[in-house]
Amino acid sequence: MQSLPTPPGQWLVLLPVLIPLAGAALLLLLRQMKLLQLPLAVLIAAVTALCDFVLVMRVAESGPQAMTMGNWLPPFGIAFTVDALGAGFAFAAALVVTIVLLPLGADAPDRARRDGLYPQVLLLLAGVSGAFVTGDLFNLYVWFEVMLIASFGLLALGRQPMQLDGTVKYGFPNFMATSIFLLALGLLYGLMGTLNMADLIGASARADKAALAAIAALLLVGFGMKAAGFPLNTWLAASYHTPPPAIAALLAALLTKVGAYALIRSLAMVLPDARVMLEPALAVVAVATLTLGPLAAIAETGLRRLIGFLLIGGIGAMLAGLALGTEQGLAGAASYGIHAMLALGALYVIAGLVEKLTGAGDTRAMGGLLAMSPLIAMVFGLALFAVAGVPPLSGFWPKFLLVTAGIDRWLATGDMTALALWLAVLLNALLSLIAVARLFAHVAWRAAPLPGFAPQGPRQVMLTSREERMVLWPAALLVMGLVGLGLWPEPIMGFGMATAKALLDPAAYIAATQLAGGSP
Amino acid sequence: MNAAMAVLAGLFLSAGIYLLLSRALIRMLLGLLLFGNGVNLVILVAGRLSRGVPPIALDGKLPLAGAANPLPQALILTAIVIGFALFSFLLVLAYRAYQSLDADDTNEMRVAEPKGGPEPPLSY
Amino acid sequence: MNSLIFRTVAPFLTAVMLAFSIFVLLRGHNEPGGGFIGGLIAASALAIYGMALGPDVARKALRVHPLVIAAAGLLIAILSGMMSLAYDVPFLTGLWAEFNMGRDVLTLSTPMLFDFGVYLVVVGAVASMVLGLEDNEEESP
Repeated sequence: MQSLPTPPGQWLVLLPVLIPLAGAALLLLLRQMKLLQLPLAVLIAAVTALCDFVLVMRVAESGPQAMTMGNWLPPFGIAFTVDALGAGFAFAAALVVTIVLLPLGADAPDRARRDGLYPQVLLLLAGVSGAFVTGDLFNLYVWFEVMLIASFGLLALGRQPMQLDGTVKYGFPNFMATSIFLLALGLLYGLMGTLNMADLIGASARADKAALAAIAALLLVGFGMKAAGFPLNTWLAASYHTPPPAIAALLAALLTKVGAYALIRSLAMVLPDARVMLEPALAVVAVATLTLGPLAAIAETGLRRLIGFLLIGGIGAMLAGLALGTEQGLAGAASYGIHAMLALGALYVIAGLVEKLTGAGDTRAMGGLLAMSPLIAMVFGLALFAVAGVPPLSGFWPKFLLVTAGIDRWLATGDMTALALWLAVLLNALLSLIAVARLFAHVAWRAAPLPGFAPQGPRQVMLTSREERMVLWPAALLVMGLVGLGLWPEPIMGFGMATAKALLDPAAYIAATQLAGGSP
Repeated sequence: MNAAMAVLAGLFLSAGIYLLLSRALIRMLLGLLLFGNGVNLVILVAGRLSRGVPPIALDGKLPLAGAANPLPQALILTAIVIGFALFSFLLVLAYRAYQSLDADDTNEMRVAEPKGGPEPPLSY
Repeated sequence: MNSLIFRTVAPFLTAVMLAFSIFVLLRGHNEPGGGFIGGLIAASALAIYGMALGPDVARKALRVHPLVIAAAGLLIAILSGMMSLAYDVPFLTGLWAEFNMGRDVLTLSTPMLFDFGVYLVVVGAVASMVLGLEDNEEESP
């Protein structure tokens, strides 16, 4: 069991998890120092984002990085293996957390702060980063649970009756989903004798195909429920509009993306044969999610619930990329994930501002935003149209990749699944555009609320300078990122293509894992 | 032995799902608990039950032949610990929800999604 | 729980259980036991104390918020893993130090430190949850 010494630089792989975890503990220890909490939390999240960025650069330069815990050689020890997909998602997640922490600090009630708001946000970040960097399926389960506990706490923070209701409806299905994931893991271990992802890639080629398909179906149900794919997405619409907007922004930006990431990782890379067998099911789920999400958004009048349905439609796009399974399709799914994290983080924060200005949570009672504050109306509109995928905003390019992937695969193979997915992505773009345009017209262009609908609360005509600084500018920063990625899509497209290549040819990933901690 | 344990795990899972289909929160909690225990049993059986030697290796020697596989037990222990934390959180949550919503029937928990809102506007 | 017997016995029971939990924690190194089990025993000791004398008295007796205990435990566990940074080995690699104490050899190691961290995390998290449940009015879980 002698192994090569581990260079300190290799610790970079662990930092995205260790920094927020230790930071959460530190903030809890310093809970008496109330003024220090927010700056420290932002600092910790920013340092995490910085480490993730260095990791992204390192992976782009020299391939996947790995470290094995406790010097137990893989496949027995738990390995952290980071490739382009994991590093990129972890970076986007830490970035969103850093920025959204500011609006969170601006309107969090004192009680929420006393109950450990910031430590829980950092714990959530640790769970999400852990899920992105781990190279072991069981460890993925552990990070899922860490994430779940933190998200429970955040959703129920403040304990309004509505939040408790939402948390119950969020908690049970998600606990069930992780249990189903664990069930799949038990069976997978029984079949393969290993749960290390790199080791599984080789073993899955030799395994019994029928058993593998059954296990992959369980994984699809578990991760699909987390990712909010149809028909297991009702929990999202029931819960995401209940917490304060900034908390909803965090959850919407991070949680479902981890579910979609786990699906991509496990089906496209680890069990590619199972993905082919599950393709019809994946395609049905993707088509239904793509079309029903924006359709529900068109019919919905609650502002934040409406955004929840738009989010579900976006998850459909990621699932469509996975169902296509080609290099372009996976590239579309991965780049959509990055776009969706930034866009939904921004959108929920701005929705909170819009609700404050118009004094209502129902779009029928809104109106006149453009006259009240052209700036906020513009930021809101840009975020909305980015989510719908209108060029030249960032949502356009991943969908462009997906559309080309669909048509290319259909032309090459004459496969009706690809045609259906292609049509569904286009239909999703159209329906989202209708939903978003209607929403913007109702909220911003219409001069006053509909007759018979009065705002429930007072209209706040001006933002305070604190709100401007801590809520509007961070959201505007995210939106500027969306515009930037739309005008200069090379980073996000390059990331997508590099990711897809690495997923379809995992030789470098396997090599990195086996070499971690010395040769066996 | 393996077959009997597999049947037992199946019983646990089906009883858990049956309870989860109930509308009462406390039954759903018990259902989750049973489901989780069923899953743990599945992991145990999937790691092959053997009536063997404890998997303990003495200084520098290989473990004895026929030793049991310790990994499923490590996995289950982790799963139990985490499941315990989540379950106790859900328990507290259900209790608080019962206190503040005065309902343990999920059909009556309609604060977040009120019933019977008016139609959305039909113009543009 | 308004029984005189229970209220009289509870403090002693709590003390015995806390001592036992430390024993189980240390025993866990080579025999059944360990940080998680020990932490659970300690948390149930606090729960009994809270049941007998009220959760507020139990909180006061703890002096710090239970979650602070958990946070300290988490930091200790992380630091025990970080020690391997100095020896060029991966995170969480077990490091051992032996001290000759005449008759016996005292072995200290990072896994033990890690276990101690786990103990504190479990005590803090479970105690905060249980004391929250024992509160009758709306208080933190």
